[in-house]
Order: sequence, then structure tokens, then C-alpha cells
Amino acid sequence: MTTITPINSPSATGGEAHDHHSEHGEHPDLRMFGLATFLVADAMTFAGFFAAYLTFRAVNPLPPGAIYELEMVLPVINTSILIASSFTFHRASKELMRGAMGACRGWLLLTAVMGMAFLGGQMKEYFELPFGLTDNLFASTFYALTGFHGLHVCLGALMILIVWAQAAQPGKFTPQQHFGIAAAELYWHFVDVIWVILFALLYLL
Amino acid sequence: MTIASPPSPSPQPLRLQPTGWLRYFSFSLDHKVIGLQYIVCGFLFYFVGGALAGVIRTELATPISDFVSRDTYNQVLTLHGTVMIFLWIVPVVNGGFGNYLIPFYVGARDMAFPRLNAVAFWMIPPSGLLLISSYFIGGAAQSGWTAYPPLSITTPAMGQILWIVSVLLLGGSSIFGGINFIATILKFRQPGLKLMQLPMYCWAMLGTSILVVLATPVLAGTLILLSMDIVAHTGFFNPASGGNVVVYQHLFWFYSHPAVYIMVLPAFGLVSEILPIHARKPLFGYVTMVYSIMAIVVLGLVVWAHHMFTSGTPPWMRLFFTIATAFIAVPTGIKFFNWIATLWQGRLALNSAMLFSCAFILQFVFGGITGVALAQVPFDVHVHDTYFVVGHFHYIVYGGTVFVIFASIYHWFPKFTGRMLDENLGRLHLALTFIGFNLCFAPQHWLGLNGMPRRVAEYDPQFTLVNQISSVGALLMAISTVPFLINVVVSMVRGTPSGPNPWRALTPEWLTSSPPPVENWKGAAPLVHEPYGYGGPAGVVDLNQASGRDLWRNEP
Repeated sequence: MTTITPINSPSATGGEAHDHHSEHGEHPDLRMFGLATFLVADAMTFAGFFAAYLTFRAVNPLPPGAIYELEMVLPVINTSILIASSFTFHRASKELMRGAMGACRGWLLLTAVMGMAFLGGQMKEYFELPFGLTDNLFASTFYALTGFHGLHVCLGALMILIVWAQAAQPGKFTPQQHFGIAAAELYWHFVDVIWVILFALLYLL
Repeated sequence: MTIASPPSPSPQPLRLQPTGWLRYFSFSLDHKVIGLQYIVCGFLFYFVGGALAGVIRTELATPISDFVSRDTYNQVLTLHGTVMIFLWIVPVVNGGFGNYLIPFYVGARDMAFPRLNAVAFWMIPPSGLLLISSYFIGGAAQSGWTAYPPLSITTPAMGQILWIVSVLLLGGSSIFGGINFIATILKFRQPGLKLMQLPMYCWAMLGTSILVVLATPVLAGTLILLSMDIVAHTGFFNPASGGNVVVYQHLFWFYSHPAVYIMVLPAFGLVSEILPIHARKPLFGYVTMVYSIMAIVVLGLVVWAHHMFTSGTPPWMRLFFTIATAFIAVPTGIKFFNWIATLWQGRLALNSAMLFSCAFILQFVFGGITGVALAQVPFDVHVHDTYFVVGHFHYIVYGGTVFVIFASIYHWFPKFTGRMLDENLGRLHLALTFIGFNLCFAPQHWLGLNGMPRRVAEYDPQFTLVNQISSVGALLMAISTVPFLINVVVSMVRGTPSGPNPWRALTPEWLTSSPPPVENWKGAAPLVHEPYGYGGPAGVVDLNQASGRDLWRNEP
């Protein structure tokens, strides 16, 4: 087994290993690229769900008495809140770029609160709906899709709260170095766009 | 190693990680360690999957169900398929060789996301153990690796749920790996290295990773819905509750057809590295190779329904998917002829790596031809779910990919360990595997054409003799691993020292010591613009140069 170990020449230790690490710093920061690739994968999960839902609607008739139409008032309010929260987050990063950390944190907190308000509205809708998870195919698909999206909103709100807390340390995020906030923002916009598609498919179609 | 280092004012203190062999059991961030972790872990699961195949072939030696019970047989064939695909082939050809080689090929010291890389690997052993342990706690899944509902909904739920959780974890690991490869190949290349100068394996891994990122999430979503059907009694795929089983098949094959390319494209890449070196000729048709890979990626995403010609698919769908599938033969054929042209008039070294690669070409073409036949609806309706499909599939994944894995082990073992594998044992391994494999799987085409269905423990006694021939082939394949294992273990300790570049290769992983240092190259990374520049006049390229950069500057 010992033959697997790399050559332990003295020059391989210490200093060069340090050089090895510091060399990584010269590479461009690829974390946003990685996150974007991950979001493509995540979008494909939703695409699969959407395709399944559309096929179900086209092919599988619902049992008599089942309803497709949903109550619209609460979901429209909810949708407006979520779309508006994308703009508040955008405002937060604008403030960050100007170096106004206090204002940035304020907008971040507002965004997180709006995200949680959306989740609250979603819960309220769940409790008021006239059908349960296993009532029929449409009901199951409805809960699966909104639930999976709600999980994403929940995660996004948590991410925002984390960067909000981190932003309290001075110098943690600067106009040049702010991966945490940028990542949370990209993710939040993604969740928002998915919701718009989901809303159109589930509520409007 | 850290003890010997002088106290340095490093802002990043060196991580306290085990060195020596212990680091293969650690959360190492070194891409070479992670690559070998993938390979060794994959081989352990290969032996598990192989033992399961042994159970299957023993059962099928007689027409009646006498070796194991029918339930056990179903569990064994499900575990065999799942272990071989998700724990052996996908992790080894992607994660294993990919992690080891890609950073070398792009001229980097590591992958783009080393920590994500280690996370992706360490998701595999637990999920593999979870999958196998399901056999001992209430029985493993019985619905085959495809887990078609309503079968997967009506068989015991415990095993099926553990199967789903395990496959979800493995899919997650695969996606993390794919993201890492895409970022490394597209964004982590050393300055001055253009995409069209990369070794072919990089292109294969780029194509594979695109498929992984686009297709695997769909499987994940589908399995989540399936688990809701099992646990929460929703009816997505349950006809009894108004659901639709064909939707599951569409979503499943949207991943699982590209999964075939996820398993075989990296093998294409590896064989494209091995052939030029041992034939001493440049890889023929580099540009067409690249476009073929990308064409396979695009076409591979739109052919899935050819698995479903007997699932009530409407005629327009049959037409479209037949034509699209037949089209895949074009880029694949281009690659095949490029390999033949690479070998043509080369100075072939008939060593184990080359012989395994040649066996791959032969068997893969056979599997490809039966694949084109299977894409034709009238033929497919006849042989659907028969042993013809089993034979075809194994010619692709075993005769194709697994032969390339062995070729790659013979080729890169000197790089991994600094020692050569024994050629005589290697050729014995090849002969046994080649004869055993063809004896095992070629007769299965005949069985399928004559109507023997797959996935059954009992069959019509008229098929007994041919099944026994197939089982003898399987036994030979099992025996063939013995010389391989002896070879690996003995050579690791006592093999002939290989030196840095025993094959006189020009790709960057050979332009460093064997095994390579932690930072891959002492000093600057070589900038290799022409990874396949073989066959030039002797003495032009001085392989004893310390740095690859000098090597290429001196070339006229």
C-alpha cells in the first residue's frame, strides 16, 4: 500500500503546498458560475414536474365533481408580494454597491419578511382549499408543485436571513466582495421566475 | 508532511489531514485522491454487483426456480442493475477518471470546487450501503432498476423507499460532480489553452456533464413523486387512483436514456486517449470527434421514448423517436471510423490497454448495431422486454464501458502508483474476460429473438442449453477477475517501476512524476497545445525535459 503515496521529497512540503493553495486565489471566482449551473439543474426538476402536470391535464380526466378552478384573491396577493420581493432585493444590492450597508440590510430584511409572508399566505391557502393531497390527480399535483416551490422559498428566506445577519459585521460584504448576497439574490430571482410559471400553469391555465 | 513544514506566515493555515494511505479514507480535497477513492469504491461495488450477477446466472442455469426464491430473484436483479449502473459505472468513468485526469488536462492544480468534489464522493458509500442493506432489512426493491409503477407501488414499500432514497443521493452526487466538471473544463483552463486543444476526454466529460445536469434532476423529481405515491398514497402514477403510468416512463427515460450516454461517452473519451498513445499516431479527426460528442449530447436528450414503443405510444411519437434514434448512429459511426483510422498503419503496441480498447471497439459496434435494430418499431415490438434487450444493453455497458475501464486501469495504473501492471496477467485477464463476456451475452440475443422474456426466474425448458452456455460465460467472467486482482495487488507492491512516462505519452498527466506530487507538477504547469502529436521524426521531442513548456517550445 505504501507505494501509492506520492513522492515525499522535501520540496513537496510546507512552502510549496502553501504556494499551491495561494495559486487558487489567482483563478477567477467560479462560485456564481457553479450556482447558475446548479439552478439550471434545479429548473430541470421543475420542468419535469410541469411536463408531468401538463400531460396529466391533457390525458387524465378528473373524477366527476373534482375542481380545477382555484380561489384567486389570495394567490394574486401572494404573487404580487413575491414579485415585489425581487425588486426589494434588487434595491438591497443597489445599496450594497453604493456602500450603504445599513440601507442594504434594511432592504434585505424586508425581502426576507416578504418571503415569509408569501409562505404564510401559502399556508392559509392550503388550510382553506376544498381538497386534500390525495383527493384527485389535480389536487396531488397542486400540492406537490406548490409544496416543492414553497420549500425553495423557505430555503431562500433562510439564505437571506443568514446574509442579513452576516452583513452586520463591518467589512463582511463590500461593493467588490459580496458573494453571499449575490448568490442569495440570484437564487431569489430564480425562485420568483419559477413561481410566475407555476402560477400561470396552475391558476390561470 | 505538515510537521516538516517551517512555520510560515500563511494566511491559510495548512489543513491537518492524514498523509500516506490513510488519506484515501479521509475527506481529502486532492482531486487525485478523490479520483482513486471513486475508482476503488466503484470496484468494491463492482464485485458486489458481480456476485449478484452470479446469483442470477446460477438461478438461470436450470429452467425451474431452485437456487433462490422468486422474490429473492427479483431483489437480486434489481440490486444488480442499480449497483452496476449507479455505484460502479457512473461513478468510475465520471467521478473516478474524470477527477483524476481533468485537472491535468486543463492545466490546473485541482478541480474548480474541491470541497464540493469531496462531498460528491462521500455521498456514494453511504447511499451504496443503504441500498445493499435494504436487502437485510425487510427485503430490497423488487421492481428492477427501472422501478416502473404500478409494480414499484405494489411491491413491499420499505425496500422501494430505501432504493429511492439511495438513488436520489447518488443522483445528487452525480449532479455535484457534473457542475464541477463543467466549471473546471470551461472556466478553469490555464491561460492560453483553447477548448479545441483539449484532450478528447475533456470534451467527453463536458458532454456527459451537460447531460448529467439536464437529465438527472428530472429523475430526482420523478422519484420524489413516486415516493409520494408509495408513502402518502397520492395517485400520480397509480392507475387505480386516476394516475398515469406512462408519464412515469416518459420522465424516467428522459433521464435514463441519456444515462446510457453518461456511461458510455466518458468511455469514448478514455479510449480516444489510449489509442493514439499505443498506436503512436495522432487521434484521427479531432474536430469531427468533438462535434460528434456534442451531437450525441443533443440527440441523446430527444430519443427517450424508443424505450416505450410498447407503452401505447401514438404513431407520430413512434415515427419521431425511431428517426431520432437512428440518427445517433451517425455521430457514433463517425467516432468508430475515427478510432479505426487512428489505428490504421499505426505502430501498435499490443499491450493490455490496447487489446482491451480493441475489444471495446468490436463489442461496442455490435451493441450499437443491435441498438439501431431495436430503434425500429416493428422489430422492437417483437423483442421488447426479451433477452435480446439484455444482450444489447450489456454489449454497450460491459462490452463498451467496462472494457474501457479495464483498458484505462492498465493504461493509468503506472501514473496512479508509479509501477507497471504485469502484461502476461493482463493478457490472461483480457482473454478470459473477452471469451467469458461474449459467451455470456451473445447467446442472449438468440434467446430474446426466440421469445425468452427478461426478469424471470423460470423459463421454457427449450432454452436450457443456451442459458447454460451463458452461465458458463458468466463463470469465466467471474474467474477473469482473479488474475486482475492478483495483478493489481502484486504490482502495487512489487511491480516494475514505471518512471514518469512509461508510454512516452504527450498528454499533461504524463509530464510529471508517477505518482504525481500534490500540486500535480513541480513548477509551472505544461501548456500542451497538441496532445496527440505522435509519429513525428524521432528525437524531435525530448521527453526528458523537466517541464512540458520547454517540451513544446522546442518543437519546430
